[in-house]
Amino acid sequence: MSPLYIARSTEIAARQLGDEMVVMSARDSTLFSLNNVGLVIWQAADGRTPLEEIVKEKVCAEFEITPEEALKDAESFVRELAGHGIMKVSDKPFE
Amino acid sequence: MLPIISGRCVSLKPLSDWMRTPRLSCVRVGNMAATTYDVAIEIGGMTVVVRTDSSEFARLLRDRYGPFVLDAGWPAEAPGAGGATREPQAVDRLEKSEALNHLAHGESRPLGEPGTTSNREYPVSSFRLHVELLPPGIMSDAEDARVRLQNGRWVMERGDFRAECDPERRRGWVRQSANPYSIDAVMRMLHSLLLARDGGFLVHAASAIRNGRAFLFAGVSGAGKTTISRLAPPDVVLLTDEISYVRRGVQGTGNRAQGTGNSAQGRGEAEGGNTLGAQNNTQQRTDRIENVAPPIFPVPYSLFPAFVAFGTPFAGELARIGENLRAPIAALYLLGQGPGNTIQDVSQAEAVRALLQNILFFAHDQELVRLVFESAHDFVRQVPVRRLVFMPDGRVWNLIR
Repeated sequence: MSPLYIARSTEIAARQLGDEMVVMSARDSTLFSLNNVGLVIWQAADGRTPLEEIVKEKVCAEFEITPEEALKDAESFVRELAGHGIMKVSDKPFE
Repeated sequence: MLPIISGRCVSLKPLSDWMRTPRLSCVRVGNMAATTYDVAIEIGGMTVVVRTDSSEFARLLRDRYGPFVLDAGWPAEAPGAGGATREPQAVDRLEKSEALNHLAHGESRPLGEPGTTSNREYPVSSFRLHVELLPPGIMSDAEDARVRLQNGRWVMERGDFRAECDPERRRGWVRQSANPYSIDAVMRMLHSLLLARDGGFLVHAASAIRNGRAFLFAGVSGAGKTTISRLAPPDVVLLTDEISYVRRGVQGTGNRAQGTGNSAQGRGEAEGGNTLGAQNNTQQRTDRIENVAPPIFPVPYSLFPAFVAFGTPFAGELARIGENLRAPIAALYLLGQGPGNTIQDVSQAEAVRALLQNILFFAHDQELVRLVFESAHDFVRQVPVRRLVFMPDGRVWNLIR
C-alpha cells in the first residue's frame, strides 16, 4: 500500500482553544472540532511525513491502540477532512 | 477506536434556512411617475438608503422599519429646496436605466458613481439600494436564497427577488415585487455582508438591555428566544427577539457609529420624557464610548466594550420591532429549557461552536468566512458566554443583571 501524505489546506480558518482545535472550511463553512488526538495529526500534517509515520510516532506513542487500528481511523479522519477541503491528501509528498 | 479521530463536524446553518420565502402579500404599485422616494433605514449604525419610484412602497418601508427610518429622506427633497419643501425629485434616468439593464443581464457593467444622485445629505458611508418593482408573480417560486461573489459584487437571489450590490461603491439594485419580505431578506443579507467586513455579525439570538448593558440569548428555533423576550420585566428594553446585531466596540465603530450617535441622540431628545430611564442611560453611555479616544490605562469594560449590540427591526414570533438603541454586550447566554433556572459555564471551544452555528453565514466568500470566524473567536475571548437553562416564568430574569 502506497504511503499517504497529508497537508493542511490554506482555504481554512483555524484556532486552538485549550486542547481543542476549531477548524472551519472557508469553502463551504463546515466547522470541525478536533480533540487532542485529531490535533496531533493536524499539527503533524506537514505534507512530507507519511500518515503511517505520524500515526506510529505521534499517536501510538501516546494512546493505547495498535498501529493498524490507528491508521485505519486516521485515514478515515483525514479523508473526511479532505472531503470538506480542510486537508489535502495525496500519495505523493506535497511541494 | 481512537477517541476522536472522528473530529466533530458541524454544518453551519445554511442561508436557505434563514431566508425561506414567506407567503407574499403585495401592495398595489401605483403609476410609475417620474418621481423617486428615498427611505433611509439605519440599522446598527449603518444607513441603507432605499430608492423607489413608488410612494406606496416607500410608505410600506416606513411602516415596516418604523423607528429605524431616518426622517430626512422621505420623500426625497429637491436640491436646494430646504427642509420645509417636500417636492419629489426628478429621476436620474441615465442612472436608472443603467441599473436595470445591469440587473436584467446579470453581467458585469460599469456602475454609476456614488453621489451622482441629488440626495447628498446621508452619511458618506450610506449604502444606496435602488429598488425596481415588478408586478406580483413575475419571479419564480424558488424558496432558497443564494449569495455569491461575482466580479467583486454580491449577487443575492431568491425566487422573489434578485439583488446585486457593489460593496466598494456602496450601492446596489434590487428587483422584486412590492412586498416587505423581499427587501427584508436583502437587508439581512446586506447587513451580514457589510458587518463581516467590519468585524461584526448578525446572530440568531434575542437581545435586550438592562441597566445599560446588553444581554444576548442565542439558540435555535424553539430554544426560548421569544419566550425569554416575552417574560422580560418592564425595566428591560428589547432589542430583538430573533436576530441580534453585533459590532465591535471602540476599535470597530469609527465614523459610521459617530453618525449613528448623533442621529440617535436627536431622536432621544425629540422623544423627551417618553423614553425610559434605562434607554437614556444607554444613550449617554454609548455616546461617551464613541466620542472619546480609547485610553491607555485600564477602564471599566462598560465604557470601552469590545462588542456592542444594536436593536434590529428583524422580529421573530413576537412580531414586535426592536428598539433602535445600542449598549455594550455584557454576556451571551446559550438558551436551553429545563426544570429550573441555572447558569452554567461553558468552555471557550463550546462557546465558539455554538456562536458560529447561530451566526447568519454566507459560505461562498472565503475572505468573509475567515473574518466571521475570527470575530466569533474574539467575541468569546472577550465576552462571557454561558449556558442559561430556564423554566418559562419571569424569575429567570432575576439571574440577568
